[in-house]
Amino acid sequence: MTKANIREQEAYSVFLEDFRPKRATLRNIVVAFLVGGLICTIGQGVLTFILSKGIPLKQAYVLTSSVMVFAGALLTGLGVYDRIGSFGGMGAALPITGFANSVVSPAMEYKREGFVLGVGAKMFQVAGPVIVYATLTATIVSIIKLYVF
Amino acid sequence: MQFHRRGTSTCVFEDMPVVVSAAAVVGPREGKGPLGDTFDMVYSTTLLGETSWEKAESKMLRQAVDLALAKAGLEESDVDFLIAGDLLNQIISSAYMAREYDIPFLGIYGACATMSEGMGLGSFLVGGRFARYVLVASSSHHDAAERQFRYPTEFGHQRPPTGQWTATAAGAVVLGAQGKGPRIESVTIGRVQDYGVTEPNDMGSAMAPGFADTVWRHLQDMARQPEDYDLILSGDLGRIGSVVGRQLLRKKGIVIDEIHQDAGVILYDPSPEVGAGGSGCGCVASVFAGKVWKELYEGQYKRVLLVATGALHSPTACQQGESIPCVAHAVSIVSGDH
Repeated sequence: MTKANIREQEAYSVFLEDFRPKRATLRNIVVAFLVGGLICTIGQGVLTFILSKGIPLKQAYVLTSSVMVFAGALLTGLGVYDRIGSFGGMGAALPITGFANSVVSPAMEYKREGFVLGVGAKMFQVAGPVIVYATLTATIVSIIKLYVF
Repeated sequence: MQFHRRGTSTCVFEDMPVVVSAAAVVGPREGKGPLGDTFDMVYSTTLLGETSWEKAESKMLRQAVDLALAKAGLEESDVDFLIAGDLLNQIISSAYMAREYDIPFLGIYGACATMSEGMGLGSFLVGGRFARYVLVASSSHHDAAERQFRYPTEFGHQRPPTGQWTATAAGAVVLGAQGKGPRIESVTIGRVQDYGVTEPNDMGSAMAPGFADTVWRHLQDMARQPEDYDLILSGDLGRIGSVVGRQLLRKKGIVIDEIHQDAGVILYDPSPEVGAGGSGCGCVASVFAGKVWKELYEGQYKRVLLVATGALHSPTACQQGESIPCVAHAVSIVSGDH
């Protein structure tokens, strides 16, 4: 039998620990903070600019998000956002620009399979789970707020 | 009937098949790597003027086959079998390449071990006198593999240091019953090994036991020492898998540190993107067909053991919590004047 038994598997897993490089966690955290912070600062700049044009705060929020989503989509199309993502990690993934990247990148990738079965079907390949569980969590939290507090 | 077998897993050839020609074509990143000038052709883009990654990969494979045929001075009608494989679902790069040739086709899948699996099978056909010439080819394409196994190519994410970079490369060799060139003296077909590694971003660790087992069996079967080889070329354990594989062999009293090289390690300069090194069917195929075949041909190496290693998982199996079964096949090749 060439499938290792549980004991052999465990022994191998312990043996491997010495050889696996550690993830550069500290570096990743610092870079994510800087990249994410930079993106958010740009977003704040956009918001301040929009507010200075006399647009009400509620609408300015929506406009700012739209501008940032557009920027994320544009940078994805230009082939830049994947580099920002590979450098910045979570710092590039978490802001709304990262969300735009996660929708636009499969849309671009699967265009070759057509607009229905390609773009249409695969567009939310990456973002789909985020939307599903964000909606679920929001619903649960809303119910709690409504009935408990 | 007399069998040409030794030990548990090794087939030896009375009439050694000759590797009469070899050709390697690669993408831009591979062309800029340390082995850049050993390849026959370096493409300036990864799309190769095609409309999809998959079509580009098939074109690249076709180019490698054409070059190998031309270098051997052969026509399609001289070749009795075409054996090819790649990483894409239903091995489409190979099938779409094969429809361009009037040669009986055998499609194979061995993940990154495809090249040595094909060379093994091709040797059996030539050595068994079922073929005059056999073409063996395999390829991989970074972007095509990426979208199938991981994420869309433009999706921004961080690669773990254990991850490997699928090479955009193709290699092809022509095996013949006669001719000038390095000769295949024996083939060791590996057994599938599974040590419970479930992380598809650490294929080197998953493949190392398969590599160690096949090398150990080959040396046992042939009653040889590592010193009998000038080079053991694995592909593609990467940086981590190479160290683990050597360490596993050391436990069995076999020290190969001096003569071992890994195609995934030597194909690229180290960078965070490349991670632990290159991978993919085309990686070891292009390194062998480009660099190593020439060195064998010129006699710089007297005997080389090509050990391609393959991780035989799929995204579906991994998502269902399965571990990664791996296999390695060894092909022992001697230089022409041996």
